[in-house]
Amino acid sequence: MSECIKVGMADLKVCISPDSVTTLGLGSCVGIAIRDPVTKIGGLAHVMLPDSGAIRNNTNVYKFADTGIVELVNQMEKAGAKKSRMVAKIAGGAQMFSFQNKTDLVRVGDRNVEASKKKLKELGIPILAEDTGLNFGRTVIFYPETGDYVIRAVGKEERVI
Amino acid sequence: MADDLSLESMSTQYYDVLKEIGNIGAGNATTALAQMLQCKVDMKVPQVKLLDFNEVGMLMGGEEQIMAGIYLCVEGDITGSIMFLLKKDAAKHLVSKLMGMELPGEELDEIGTSALKEIGNIITGAYLNSLSTLTNLKIFPSVPDLTIDMAGAILSVPAIEFGTLGDKILLIQTQFTDDCELDGFFILVPDLESYGKILGALGIM
Repeated sequence: MSECIKVGMADLKVCISPDSVTTLGLGSCVGIAIRDPVTKIGGLAHVMLPDSGAIRNNTNVYKFADTGIVELVNQMEKAGAKKSRMVAKIAGGAQMFSFQNKTDLVRVGDRNVEASKKKLKELGIPILAEDTGLNFGRTVIFYPETGDYVIRAVGKEERVI
Repeated sequence: MADDLSLESMSTQYYDVLKEIGNIGAGNATTALAQMLQCKVDMKVPQVKLLDFNEVGMLMGGEEQIMAGIYLCVEGDITGSIMFLLKKDAAKHLVSKLMGMELPGEELDEIGTSALKEIGNIITGAYLNSLSTLTNLKIFPSVPDLTIDMAGAILSVPAIEFGTLGDKILLIQTQFTDDCELDGFFILVPDLESYGKILGALGIM
C-alpha cells in the first residue's frame, strides 16, 4: 500500500518508491524534487528563502534553498541514494501579488528559483524540468518510481513534468 | 534595541497590546463594513495568534483552501505590509451583499474583483487607522492588490517576510457576522524597526 507523504512549509522529506511526496500551496516558495532513478529513493524540499547567509537567525536549515537542498541530498544519501545519479525537478517561485514589500523581497520567488538552480548546479545535480514563476500557487506531488512531478493549480489543467 | 526583538521573545504586555489594537481595529473595520453593506454587522472578539507556518494553513481550512487575499504595503512612520484574507465563499457573499444581487457563476468577474478590492481597502484602512490613532504614528497604505488562490500560496508571502525574523507568523482572527458567519484574518507584518517604533509609541519600550 503506497503512501503519499506530506511536506510542510520550510520542511523536507525523503521517501522510497512506491511512496510519493507532496507539498500543498507553493506560492513564492520553491518545491525541489530529487531522485536517484536506480534505487528509486526520492525527496522533496519546500524552501522559503534563497540564502541562509543573508539572514541573522538562520538555524532552521529547511527554510533556505542553499541549506535545505544540501540537507535533502544528505538525507537521501543516508537512505542509500547515490549523489552522482541524482536528478532534480523544481516548481514554484511565483510572484503572488504584483508588488511585494521591500526591495529585497520583491522578487523573492525568482530569487528562490535562482538560488535552487545555483545549489543544484554546485552539487552536480541536473535539473530535468521546471514549472516556475508566473503568478499562481501550485500543489505538487513527486513520484520517485517514475520521476513524475505532478503540478496542480487552481483553474488550470493538471500538468506532469 | 531592535536587534533583541524576536516574536518569540515578545512580552505578554506587547501581546496584550496587539490584542487591543486588534480589537479596536476590527471594531473600526466592522463599522466601516456595516456602512458599506448598509446592514448590521457584528464582530466576535478578535484572537491574536502566534503560529508555526504550518499551523496557519490549517487555521484557514487547509493549505489548498481557496481564499481571497488582499495585500498592501504600508509606508510612513511604520513600514511593512498588511494582508487580509477570507475564504472565497465569504468573499463572494460580501461582494453580492455589496452589489445587492446574487453573483452569477463560480468565479468573480471584473466588477466583483473590483468590489472585493474596495472591501479589502476599507477593512484594512479601518484597521490601520486604529493603529495610527493609538500610536500617533503616520501610516499610509498603498493601493491594494488582490489574488484568489490556495491559502498556502497566498500565505507564503507574509510567511516569507516573517521568515526573515524567525519561524512563526503573528495573525489576528476576526469573525464578522451579518446573516452568516465570516472569518477574516489580518496579518500585519511591520518591519523590524517598526516593531520597536510601535512599542515605543505605546510606551512599552
